[in-house]
Amino acid sequence: MNKDIAIKVCAGTGGVASGGEEVLSAFRNSISSAGLEATIYEKCSAHRVGCRGFCAKDVLVDVIINGEKTTYKHIKPDMVARIFDEHIMKGNPVTEWIVGEAYFNFHNKQTKVVLSHCGEIDPEDINAYIAVGGYKAAKKAFASMSPEEIVDVVKSSNLRGRGGAGFPTGIKWELGLRIESDIKYVICNGDEGDPGAFMDRSVMEGDPHAVIEGMIICAKATGSHHGYIYVRAEYPLAVKRLQMAIDQCKQSGFLGNNIFGTDFGFDLKIFQGAGAFVCGEATALMRSIEGKRGMPTPKLWRSAEKGLWDKPTVLNNVETFANIPRIIMNGANWYRNLGTDRSGGTKVFSLSGKVKNTGLIEVPLGVTLRDIIFDIGGGIEGEKSFKALQTGGPSGGCIPAEFLDTEVDYESLAQVGSIMGSGGMVVLDETSCMVNTAKFFLEFTQAESCGKCTPCRIGTKRMLEILERITSGNGKEGDIELLEELGHHIRATSLCGLGMTAPNPVLSTLRYFRNEYESHIRDKKCPAAVCKDLITYSVLEEICNGCGACKRACPADAVRGKRKSPHRIDPEICIKCGTCFDACKFKAIIKI
Amino acid sequence: MVTLKIDGKKVTVRKLSTVLDAARKLDIPIPTLCHHPELSPFGGCRLCLIEIKGYPKPVASCTTFAKEGMEIITASPSLEKLRRTTLELILSDHPKDCMVCERAGDCKLQELAYFYGIRENRFEGERRIYTKKDNNPFVAREMEKCILCGQCVRICDEIQGVGAIDFAYRGLKTKICPPFEKDLDCEFCGQCVSVCPTGALTGKMWAHKGRQNFKEVETVCPYCGCGCNLTLHVWRNEVIRVSSKEDTINEGWLCAKGRFGYGFIHSPDRLAKPLIRTAPKEGVDLNKPQNSSRFTIHDSQFKEVSWDEALDYIAVKLKETKEKYGSDAVGGLSSARCTNEENYLFQKFIRAVIGTNNVDHCARY
Amino acid sequence: MEKILEKILNDYQINKVNIISILQDIENNFGYIPEEAVFWFSKKLDIPASRFFGTATFYSQFHLKPRGKNIITVCRGTACHVKGSERLIDRLFMELDIPPDEETSPDLKFTVEKVNCIGACGIAPVTILNKEVHGKMTLDKLIKEVKKIKSNE
Repeated sequence: MNKDIAIKVCAGTGGVASGGEEVLSAFRNSISSAGLEATIYEKCSAHRVGCRGFCAKDVLVDVIINGEKTTYKHIKPDMVARIFDEHIMKGNPVTEWIVGEAYFNFHNKQTKVVLSHCGEIDPEDINAYIAVGGYKAAKKAFASMSPEEIVDVVKSSNLRGRGGAGFPTGIKWELGLRIESDIKYVICNGDEGDPGAFMDRSVMEGDPHAVIEGMIICAKATGSHHGYIYVRAEYPLAVKRLQMAIDQCKQSGFLGNNIFGTDFGFDLKIFQGAGAFVCGEATALMRSIEGKRGMPTPKLWRSAEKGLWDKPTVLNNVETFANIPRIIMNGANWYRNLGTDRSGGTKVFSLSGKVKNTGLIEVPLGVTLRDIIFDIGGGIEGEKSFKALQTGGPSGGCIPAEFLDTEVDYESLAQVGSIMGSGGMVVLDETSCMVNTAKFFLEFTQAESCGKCTPCRIGTKRMLEILERITSGNGKEGDIELLEELGHHIRATSLCGLGMTAPNPVLSTLRYFRNEYESHIRDKKCPAAVCKDLITYSVLEEICNGCGACKRACPADAVRGKRKSPHRIDPEICIKCGTCFDACKFKAIIKI
Repeated sequence: MVTLKIDGKKVTVRKLSTVLDAARKLDIPIPTLCHHPELSPFGGCRLCLIEIKGYPKPVASCTTFAKEGMEIITASPSLEKLRRTTLELILSDHPKDCMVCERAGDCKLQELAYFYGIRENRFEGERRIYTKKDNNPFVAREMEKCILCGQCVRICDEIQGVGAIDFAYRGLKTKICPPFEKDLDCEFCGQCVSVCPTGALTGKMWAHKGRQNFKEVETVCPYCGCGCNLTLHVWRNEVIRVSSKEDTINEGWLCAKGRFGYGFIHSPDRLAKPLIRTAPKEGVDLNKPQNSSRFTIHDSQFKEVSWDEALDYIAVKLKETKEKYGSDAVGGLSSARCTNEENYLFQKFIRAVIGTNNVDHCARY
Repeated sequence: MEKILEKILNDYQINKVNIISILQDIENNFGYIPEEAVFWFSKKLDIPASRFFGTATFYSQFHLKPRGKNIITVCRGTACHVKGSERLIDRLFMELDIPPDEETSPDLKFTVEKVNCIGACGIAPVTILNKEVHGKMTLDKLIKEVKKIKSNE
């Protein structure tokens, strides 16, 4: 009995956190022990694969027998034995652990370009990448293309910077090519700092060679011989995988002095950040590589003219570079046609929040938000209704239901008051308080402000203070107007992108959910019942049967009542932690 | 050269000039707190915003190159509103103790607050609190008044090449301090004090000596041969502060001696009359010939004499020495505090009258 | 210490990296950024110590005080406060001989951190012992856990 068996285990950060490594070794053990008893397998390998995008269902495992793929979800090490026994040995898949329809819906509606290798190939093996056509594009660029030709292809592909601002990549490269200088740099920005965004991490972990190949092509196109990949400190796995990939490239002659046998040299180094959100900003990132405080510097020069160490520098995001090899191989037209008129190709988003399917998705630009949330995301979790979509992380805004048919694109998202950003999408439902959401993001940007310019350093703090006032019930008439003025002021006057976009979460929620602010200020009520200081918990006496679950759960001993008779919450003692609300099985506790 | 239009007036400036430079050339005032013409551009205070035709939003004039054909507006209701709000924000994190501040009347922030008429502040909130007192001998550092313009950091690094202070921490907690927030320990040139736009950095010896009604006396620093121009702030015939103006040979820069070393002027220890040594102090034992080097001038008693007596005494002694031991037994050491003419006369005297080439000058050490 | 610093300096001279990498190496070797290390490098490389300090305080990865081998985090959210987290903290400070105004014991075995609500009010008071969350903490249980860590040293 000969079988061609392959087992794929998710080894992205999500997978590893859920026990991916243990699952992997469990498979290895059973295979090797079985192998010792009876050598019935011709080929059997347990691969590690990068992120599969569907982190909610980790650890995901593919078992492929003679080309037939079965995907399991939520696999724990102790479940491996049964899969091994029933499926691999006896050929009967363990049906109750197989992924459901949601999994296929999640994947089938996507167009995978950047993510096409993630979850399919072993990221720690250069041969796996080469086997799927890797480094062909770089070889092509070196063998038969002039720098101008490469730039033309990238330009006509309509690829725009995936870091968020959407500057056309081809134009950036053209600037880099035209400037004459003995030293030029190529930098890959992997300082993905938005809370709730992990696209770049997944690409660096799941397909590091694609990023490197993109950078090699960029080096050729701009005539640079030095490159840096800036990875944030919080991504140790990405650093490890990238370093492995760089070492393998050096051995294969894809990096180093004479790459692909030409006299062109390209030296690539990893630089690990040290924990500062603002270093995602280009000038701050370059100051950080120079070993300085990551404070943005005024843009007297474009970085294509004077960037890192005052030398011409081309800086692109991870996802942008990962697109390049595909564009070179498949042509500019193919890529351009995937997207809209203004921006070509696909974009990776990390979908999270109150949506059924959370995870990483890749869609062509131009799809509507509705498609993303309801088709791919599977709609809103529970019996709740959609309230808003937060895009672009702390620099973005909240988009309400009436704009769900907006096509995803840099300009159209900006029109509705948000930004594309690096690609975080958080779905908010009726139980989310918009004032509280805005406050959350502002707390983040305020703490991450570098402290250099006045509006960002002091302005964001003052906005936060006003928001804290509003959410704690001390809001005053005029606070909304003050927030608006301050928000527009910070946006207009800040030095760098962090400051300019910091007020977005507040301004966009003020635009669409002004009534929520008003009820916080005037009625001292939080309509979504989120803001602690504005809600009270009470027991509905006609429903309460006196089971005492809330009384036992209360950490503050604020619940009074005898067994089997309705309980009561003492508002003086209640600390509004919500534990009783969760503990009550009869929905007898309400918060208003 | 590029030509541009600012507030309707044409101006031609060198290439790579900023818009702010061009405006200054036209004598158009643009408020700024962090800009210094001799230091690298910073762009932190965000007060020097201007509007450029065709640009979507205001830009900082200190960090924008002037380009051919630019049309610039430096003052408009919306710009004034932005500046006003920025000022309010700065002031919301600044103590309101101008009445006792050393720099009142000489403070750029106070002046701007005055021009924009900021009395009420809509943005009162949490302020930085500093409890640390810096125990260095020269520079008073009241960092609650610091507006983080970074001029002190840049001057210390770029002009002085010392780097004694730098930005530390981030966000609202950002402060400028020596490493590990220790006491300032540097060469105390006080350059940081000279560029500080507010009362955050002042000279410790200035304290409570007077802020107004002093007379400015221009002079040349007496210490070394550089000849830096000094402006003495004189109040009731007492030098209470020394500064230097930007349009001088030394561009306003001074060193520790020039800026802080004026204590000798009014020192009670200063010699005001000629003295002639007469006898050892009581209790000094002169009968120890081997240890004669231990007998110093401080062990002497002095007699106050008139200049005539003193000069006669010197002449007699020089003559005696020359006759007894020869010209080369005499040497002359002059001072950098003398003028060129005085020094010339001194060496002439040593060479022609005494007859030796043993003459030198303190600035050569 | 000198030896480790020499080694970091050597690596620096070979790889020509920057002071952030030096600080990362210092942090990795000592668990924090010691003052002496900064002044040592400042002298060797002729880079002002203020630059090191400014950089070290900018990035959240660096700590200026030595941290303990074991890190105990105590939640001080309202629920935990009501349930006596202050008593837990006081007792921990006593048990581990941590001086007032510090958070690490002099023998550098323990760091006690106080955090605001970690959102586990239902199991208040909450402590996190070396990344492991323990709910419904009592003084007895806490001391037992601490002793367990101590005996594993």
